[in-house]
Amino acid sequence: MITASPKLVSKIPSGPIESRWTRHKDSLKLVSPTNKRKFTILVVGTGLAGASAAASLAELGYNVKAFCIQDSPRRAHSIAAQGGINAAKNYRNDGDSVWRLFYDTIKGGDFRAREANVYRLAELSVNIIDQCVAQGVPFAREYGGLLDNRSFGGAQVSRTFYARGQTGQQLLLGAYGAMMRQVEEGRVALYPRREMLDLVVINGQARGIICRNLVTGQLEAYAGDAVVLCTGGYGNAYFLATYAKNSNATAIWRCYKRGAFFANPCFTQIHPTCIPVTGDYQSKLTLMSESLRNDGRVWVPKKKGDTRPPNEIPEDERDYFLERRYPSYGNLAPRDIASRAVKAVCDEGRGVGASGRAVYLDFSDTIREKGLDYIKEKYGNLFEMYQHITGEDPYKVPMRIYPAVHYTMGGLWVDYNLMSTIPGLFVLGEANFSDHGANRLGASALMQGLADGYFIIPYTIGDYFASVSLPKVSTDRDEFRDAQASVEAKLKKLLAIQGKKTVLEFHRELGLLLWDYVGMARNAQGLQHAIEKIRALRQEFWQNVQVPGSNDMLNKSLEMAGRVADFLELAELMAIDALHREESCGAHFREEYQTPDGEALRNDEKFAYVAAWEYKGDDQPPELHQEPLIFEFVKPTVRSYK
Amino acid sequence: MNKKKMTLHLKIWRQANAQAPGRFVLYTVKDLSPDMSFLEMLDVLNEELTKKGELPVEFDSDCREGICGTCGFVINGVAHGPRRGRTVCQLYLRDFQDGQTVTLEPFRAKAFPVIKDLVVDRSAFDRIMAAGGYISVDTGSAPDANSILIPKEVAEAAFDAAACIGCGACVAACPNASASLFVSAKIAHLALLPQGQPERHRRVLKMVAQMDKENFGNCSNHGECEAVCPKNISIKYIALMRRDYLRALLAK
Ligand SMILES: Cc1cc2nc3c(=O)[nH]c(=O)nc-3n(C[C@H](O)[C@H](O)[C@H](O)COP(=O)(O)OP(=O)(O)OC[C@H]3O[C@@H](n4cnc5c(N)ncnc54)[C@H](O)[C@@H]3O)c2cc1C
Ligand code: SF4
Ligand code: FES
Repeated sequence: MITASPKLVSKIPSGPIESRWTRHKDSLKLVSPTNKRKFTILVVGTGLAGASAAASLAELGYNVKAFCIQDSPRRAHSIAAQGGINAAKNYRNDGDSVWRLFYDTIKGGDFRAREANVYRLAELSVNIIDQCVAQGVPFAREYGGLLDNRSFGGAQVSRTFYARGQTGQQLLLGAYGAMMRQVEEGRVALYPRREMLDLVVINGQARGIICRNLVTGQLEAYAGDAVVLCTGGYGNAYFLATYAKNSNATAIWRCYKRGAFFANPCFTQIHPTCIPVTGDYQSKLTLMSESLRNDGRVWVPKKKGDTRPPNEIPEDERDYFLERRYPSYGNLAPRDIASRAVKAVCDEGRGVGASGRAVYLDFSDTIREKGLDYIKEKYGNLFEMYQHITGEDPYKVPMRIYPAVHYTMGGLWVDYNLMSTIPGLFVLGEANFSDHGANRLGASALMQGLADGYFIIPYTIGDYFASVSLPKVSTDRDEFRDAQASVEAKLKKLLAIQGKKTVLEFHRELGLLLWDYVGMARNAQGLQHAIEKIRALRQEFWQNVQVPGSNDMLNKSLEMAGRVADFLELAELMAIDALHREESCGAHFREEYQTPDGEALRNDEKFAYVAAWEYKGDDQPPELHQEPLIFEFVKPTVRSYK
Repeated sequence: MNKKKMTLHLKIWRQANAQAPGRFVLYTVKDLSPDMSFLEMLDVLNEELTKKGELPVEFDSDCREGICGTCGFVINGVAHGPRRGRTVCQLYLRDFQDGQTVTLEPFRAKAFPVIKDLVVDRSAFDRIMAAGGYISVDTGSAPDANSILIPKEVAEAAFDAAACIGCGACVAACPNASASLFVSAKIAHLALLPQGQPERHRRVLKMVAQMDKENFGNCSNHGECEAVCPKNISIKYIALMRRDYLRALLAK
């Protein structure tokens, strides 16, 4: 039975879903304009969530300090998002509405997200587009000057706004610009090339952070009245992923160890259309945007081991397996479903390419019907990227694609106000668990990051400040000194081991373990095996890792060592969570729980809850807390895209 | 997939920190796959150096797909290397020859001090952006997105300029170390859109003033910037920036 944990107070408002957010906002306490500047907010991360939050909070008059790993805040991982951002504008007149976006998103997440959060997200989506256009984001337009849209997976309406294949870049430059304006106004202070390595908690409240200055190696302490984590997802635990190289879990993991609960860590998204792995030297995988599935058709040969080049395989010997299995959504089936279908045909021995672990994404029909220029205009940069990487021309031969790790739905648990279980620690964007349940639909991460940063945190943080007492603290306090000392000890330890294996070798090994046992398909035996292997690898890491250089210099190996050390701990929690969830839902596919035709088999009676894990010490198993998911407005059904 | 293995000889600029003198050091890396990216080849070198107890070569990179602008150094005298329209992270070893000697050095410009090895400080770009690289609109005050009509051609033209990734190669390639291409790209992006008009004069004056403060040189129309720009940003924007600057001065 599901039992609500008293430690998880979600603060979800009651009443009609359409007016929940409005009424909640009206009930939140305010901070007067003159008092706002007395509060200092530490915003960690400057991606879409962080930059939009920093800008909006500073506009209100708060004092903001913004931190990021890169040399410039504009380079956060959000910059790489390609395909687009959803909004329920219904500009197409194709029947879209806030309700429909809400329904698609909650169904897309396989009914493992909160209704109220998802509804709010759909509601705010329309304001986001307005805001971004006003900032000068050059979204795609039609000849008449109106905004253009495309379709994304898991939806039967066209609601995705886009800026060529560089939507994330343009949205982030908009948010970055808004933040830089506040830098000029003196209300945001920027701290680039900094890595947050610990959270400082005083009297139960988040009051500061410890950072490493990545240029000098010096540890720096910053005090504030609240900490807003916008540090992105943890998919790089798998080593090979579509994430930027610096994406990591360190900030959220160290907050977990300071008392923030970690929710649904096993919900990790594997995206169907990425460029396949070519060699063991490979450092990352590259996404080919989901938008390509608007015009590309996915297929493999019907025959096993068919090595003919694609253009020599006649039409009736091809299996357009997504269209066959999911006739109503076809190539636009959601990511989890499409990825599993790709894996299934490759497991059958029908995969293509040298490794046999790839399928075709073929544009020849569209090129024939609509012409080359149509494709060039819509996807030119993606085609170019594909050609750079593979050396093949996708205008002539179909792309070869395979699933890769892409996004993490799990993250730190937050209440409706985006506050974690540590008062004063707020978590935004991909770093939290809030809106996507067990599977995220395409074009909804950008939407969530910006909703959190532009339109939610500016309201909810004021309520926190107005409700609690926050005596002034300085970084001279013991709590700061202790945190700094523990960070320093850890760095020294990493450097002192001087073993035989590099950080990269450990990371690759961990990645393979996760991919094999906590990847697209999982089972109890494999997960138990993974847990043992991860523990052993972690032990070996702390005895045998070799980290070159010293602490008092720019030292990327040392940075990576700290991040891999944290991945080695988080990976175990991912496996524990996957093992405990004895059902299949969304991206979490347990082989033991499937329908006869291989679809996910949910168990709402036992598992319609958020699994939030509490850290209990390095030698103790984490404690599970359940937040039941209550569906008042939609009825959880079998998620069908057939 | 290409099976033949390659060897590269690398002459790499090593510099311990901003104050230390730097020098070139020669390395040879063997058994490389032509399908490997150039940065993956440096990863391989760094693994070897680490195992030998030497310090790895520091270089910046993040997205490794040409969009974040983090990577960038000079390869055989050319910022971002031999392939036009690409960043360093988008180079593959098939773009090089087996046995070739390749020289790697950091972007050189007074405004971009070296931090270590191939890593430089480009924070001057952020300060220029802070001076005016945006439209001043507070969160929550925007009208409906479709109330501003923007013809497709205009949106596309603005996009071409907005595609700048802020990598700094233009500065490194310019004999005067001018930042004009970078600055003009942002000015053009916003000047081409209706939303950018109210602050058009103010923006160009403030951004140019900040650029001058940051130790960048003047533009004297060499065009080297355009040739190395991984996003093919056009020097016509520099002309636009100049026109706007003069107009703004006159209007003042
Ligand atoms: C290739 C690709 C394409 C995508 N395309 C789309 C798309 O088309 N549509 C869509 O909706 N979503 C897309 N996504 C997902 C989406 O881009 C991300 O989920 C989203 O951008 C995350 O934003 P964020 O602000 O939460 O974090 P990020 O953008 O990841 O930013 C994290 C920030 O935190 C900082 N940081 C991290 N750790 C620390 C630390 N310890 N100390 C200090 N700073 C730290 C980083 O420096 C960075 O500034 C895509 C993702 C990928 C990988
Ligand atoms: S103009 Fe081109 S070279 Fe210069 S910073 Fe922008 S993208 Fe880089
Ligand atoms: S690493 Fe992002 S552009 Fe090269």
